[in-house]
Amino acid sequence: MSGALIYACAGAVLFVFGVTGLILLPHLLRKILAFNIMGSGVFLVLVGLGQRDGTPDPVPQAMVLTGIVVAVAATALALALVRRLLSLTGKIQFPEEPEGSGRCWKNK
Amino acid sequence: MRNLLNVLVIVLSAALGLVLIGVILESPSPARVRLSEEVLMQIGASGVTHPVTAVLLNFRGYDTLLEVMVLLLALLGVLAQMGKQKRENPPAGFYLTEPRMQVLLWLARVLVPLMVLVAGYLLWAGGHQPGGAFQAGAVLAAAGVLLNLSGLLPSWMEPAWNLRAGLVSGLLVFLLIAAAVMTTASPGLLLQYPPASAGMLILLVETGLTLSLGLILAGLFLFLSGDAIDEEADK
Repeated sequence: MSGALIYACAGAVLFVFGVTGLILLPHLLRKILAFNIMGSGVFLVLVGLGQRDGTPDPVPQAMVLTGIVVAVAATALALALVRRLLSLTGKIQFPEEPEGSGRCWKNK
Repeated sequence: MRNLLNVLVIVLSAALGLVLIGVILESPSPARVRLSEEVLMQIGASGVTHPVTAVLLNFRGYDTLLEVMVLLLALLGVLAQMGKQKRENPPAGFYLTEPRMQVLLWLARVLVPLMVLVAGYLLWAGGHQPGGAFQAGAVLAAAGVLLNLSGLLPSWMEPAWNLRAGLVSGLLVFLLIAAAVMTTASPGLLLQYPPASAGMLILLVETGLTLSLGLILAGLFLFLSGDAIDEEADK
């Protein structure tokens, strides 16, 4: 197991942490943070797999560089939406699904 | 019920993680397609000597072009979410006269010119070593955020025409060069720089991108920071 694969495996672990957090945490700020951790995991996997045979591969590195900047912009957009939600509803959570609504799978 | 679901999610995530690690460890090294060697073989025609910059702005230049559009879209989204009302400038100035703020002010005034210098160096260094427009733009944006947080630069409200021009300048320069290259040097091919002038064109594109990315990334912070939630919620 080479050093680059350790980075890729750490990236997979980060990705899973992010997915879990995104599903389980109700607070939207935490969801955004979990989403960022998820993205970092993907970047680590890409870069780690790109240099597993010793030489760094410039193509995934360029993709990750692009991805980091886009992730920053997406985070800012998400924060703007959360602030809007806060100013409209006063809460930083998704509104609760009302009981017995049609989208609940138990009622089908 | 809720706890059971949480446990289920955690167990499934752990299984997903194990599968991912297993796939990463088992995946064979690609034998036929070796992109890094392709890049290194063609790098002489790209106009720069650093492979990442060559990929980013020459071989896959359209990715970068689309990325700048994505950034602008995100900024437009942020602008659309802003409250519309005009406020007086945020109360930045009044606490700056306190003696304990002098260190912060002095530090910001010393650091920001240095950051601009570093951004310029990173932009130039991108041709032959790690660096380039994205890093330089990020440093510029960080300088803007530092100025805003230390109260020297008020938050941005509705962007005026000069700010709008700065925000789109990188994309415009990129599009102009792409159009010029497509009509003159290599008809019908997107962003196929002629090898002789590729280095100069890439530097031109990167300069525009640095300015514009710095403004966009700083704007993502500065537009939001001036938008007070409490006042809006009161109305």
